[in-house]
Amino acid sequence: MSQTAQLTGPLSTGGPAARPSQPAVTPDQILATARSLRWQVGSDYHQALMEAIYTEAARIADRAVTRPGEKPRFDLDRTIDRLVTSRVWGFPLMILLFTLVFWITISGANIPSQLLSNLLIGVVYPWLHRLADLIGLPWWLTGLLIDGVYLSTAWVVSVMLPPMAIFFPLFTLLEDFGYLPRVAFNLDNLFKKAGAHGKQALSLMMGFGCNAAGVVSTRIIDSPRERLIAILTNNFALCNGRWPLQILIATLFLGGLVAAPWAGLIAALSVVGVAVLGVLFSFAASWALSRTVLRGQPSTFSLELPPYRPPRVLQTIYTSLIDRTIIILGRAVMFAVPAGAVIWLTANVHVGGASIAEHLVRLLDPIGLLIGLNSVILVAYIVAIPANEIVIPTILMLTVLVTGMSDVGAGAGVLFELENTEDLMRVFQASGWTLLTAVNLMLFSLLHNPCSTTIYTIYKETGSRKWAAVGALLPLAIGFVVTFLVAQVWRLVAG
Amino acid sequence: MSSQTDGPTVTALDQLTTADDGFTVTVEPLPAAAAGCAACPVHSVHNAANLRKLGIDMTDWDFVVALAGNPNVGKSTVFNALTGLRQHTGNWPGKTVTRAEGGFEYGGHRYKLVDLPGTYSLLATSLDEEVARDFILFGQPDVTVVVVDATRLERNLNLVLQVLEITDRVVVALNLMDEARRHRLQIDHRRLARDLGVPVVPTEARRGKGLPELLQAISDVATGRIVTRPHRIKNEPPALKQAIATLTRQIEAAFPGLPNARWVALRLLDGDERIAEAVRLGELGDLSRGSAEERSQSVQSLSAKPEPVP
Repeated sequence: MSQTAQLTGPLSTGGPAARPSQPAVTPDQILATARSLRWQVGSDYHQALMEAIYTEAARIADRAVTRPGEKPRFDLDRTIDRLVTSRVWGFPLMILLFTLVFWITISGANIPSQLLSNLLIGVVYPWLHRLADLIGLPWWLTGLLIDGVYLSTAWVVSVMLPPMAIFFPLFTLLEDFGYLPRVAFNLDNLFKKAGAHGKQALSLMMGFGCNAAGVVSTRIIDSPRERLIAILTNNFALCNGRWPLQILIATLFLGGLVAAPWAGLIAALSVVGVAVLGVLFSFAASWALSRTVLRGQPSTFSLELPPYRPPRVLQTIYTSLIDRTIIILGRAVMFAVPAGAVIWLTANVHVGGASIAEHLVRLLDPIGLLIGLNSVILVAYIVAIPANEIVIPTILMLTVLVTGMSDVGAGAGVLFELENTEDLMRVFQASGWTLLTAVNLMLFSLLHNPCSTTIYTIYKETGSRKWAAVGALLPLAIGFVVTFLVAQVWRLVAG
Repeated sequence: MSSQTDGPTVTALDQLTTADDGFTVTVEPLPAAAAGCAACPVHSVHNAANLRKLGIDMTDWDFVVALAGNPNVGKSTVFNALTGLRQHTGNWPGKTVTRAEGGFEYGGHRYKLVDLPGTYSLLATSLDEEVARDFILFGQPDVTVVVVDATRLERNLNLVLQVLEITDRVVVALNLMDEARRHRLQIDHRRLARDLGVPVVPTEARRGKGLPELLQAISDVATGRIVTRPHRIKNEPPALKQAIATLTRQIEAAFPGLPNARWVALRLLDGDERIAEAVRLGELGDLSRGSAEERSQSVQSLSAKPEPVP
């Protein structure tokens, strides 16, 4: 190489400086040549160069490193990696593992869920009412506090606590074991094809816990363009506030389609299906964004796969119960308390002969029907902007209010004793729910605006109202389109 | 265990004098001065007479030495051992965008040591990689020490090969040799030095082992007593080779004396805007002229640009 000669002196003060003016080639010519050559070498140049470097590094390292002893010992990590990141087995294993987690969650949550609801709603609720009568509280205060605030809180706890207490420790165990970076590894290629950053897989994983956390975790992505894509598409990861609804509706409507022994499995598979659908939407949205408003090349990065570690089971269960379950439940309850009060008020404050809730429901009915949902669900999603967790109680409360069912509860705007799934099913059927309503509700739960916390987080992370608005409205628009299409096709096919 | 790292007088350097395709070495082998107390952290860094840790005193330096490497390979430990400073060693990719600087004196010369952010690559676009890349390219350190993790040689060599594309004056510190031993890895650092074409020094920076040899190698490369023959990537696809050669010729014609025309060509073909800008503004031309002082100052203005989301 000729340039070594130039570098023998510590500072090259002579030589080149002696011949200054009139370079043979101007900088602009060089850049023009580079531009035209870039067209020739094509878009996989970066990849080809990286590969050349990696191959060379591997060759040199291989020559220099030897492991003493006969053969390299059996390497468990490498064997597991070969399996879980394999082209053939990687994705099936992923689906299998997550289905297993949800199946355990769904079938395990039933019994404690019923025990809790028996206790909180079957025993404590009437007792509170008797206490209120004893003290002589006015009817509206009793209604607001016990029928509104207490009941919605009780609902949130009994519906959400058991699945979360099972799901989060299981998920944390997978995380501790080191499986999630492998999932990111599997997804990396797909994200790259979508024009996004491979690390988006990791922020998406975080989003499955909480979208606000997922949005913050996009900080690991260096390129602003790719980071923005990751932020805007994070909401397609089904956050834990939405898991309970998915699990409940899947258990009631889809699990109910088949014989009892298979119900749990079918329900689990449908939930996995919705989650996978979310990932697919995330790909599609990333692809669309990177080809329109956020154009650019994906950048390369190295993802270090950490060694597998046997998870510390007890500690994991303890910390995931404290860190995730209790905190998320606390958040849900915090939002459920005022929401319960608001719902009770809308149901009991009458304007022009009908309650506010009835007005709202009537107003939104045409839209609801058009997209295969109903007005109650839409109202619930407006009420639930602060927290997705509140959707189920709101739907239940409003449904009973609208249908005017008298045998299941005490009166308008009151959440009552629904001890088992058959009672729940009766409420839904009475208000005209069909399988389409259930399926579209699951889809809409996946595809709608993120909660207010996440929207605010997007605003903080991007520093832009515009992108916060896009982050909020993009999934909502997709949700309307998808549910509308599903409803039309369904009605055509089903007659 | 063999004397790979334990014998402080056996360095990759003096072995290389006999290597058939090694580099020209015109230096006497090191005196066996520190043999008696290799484990003792103060004296193991050769002799107190040879190394003077200058802390933040970087006045009147003769040579600039850059410390590069992947995150968490012990770069900051090497930095602290040589300068006597206590640079915080936590290092997260994407977070550390500043450089730590310190000074030391060795063999009659004063050195300024610059600890660059840890990076896996110099090809991508993140801020920390840009800071490291810009310093090696525009700051033109007299020596770039790449600290590598001996237990993860393959991954670390990716960075070494990229640094070798930018600058010839490289010393590889093969760090964490103690961990490599624990993993029962045997690393032939002499073969590595031959393959890379630059000095390779096994070290255990945490215990100060191998640092005297590292200092000697730095000084030899800085003063030009060792002329390196850095390995260059040759296995790109043929179509690329042609394009790279064409562009390299043009760049060499425009900027005679530029030490890394080929690397500039590689970056231009990758659409690197920063390098294109440097070509446009003639900053590259400055690399073959101007004092090291000026170059160092021009780098100050480059580092740590804010990175807003659009």
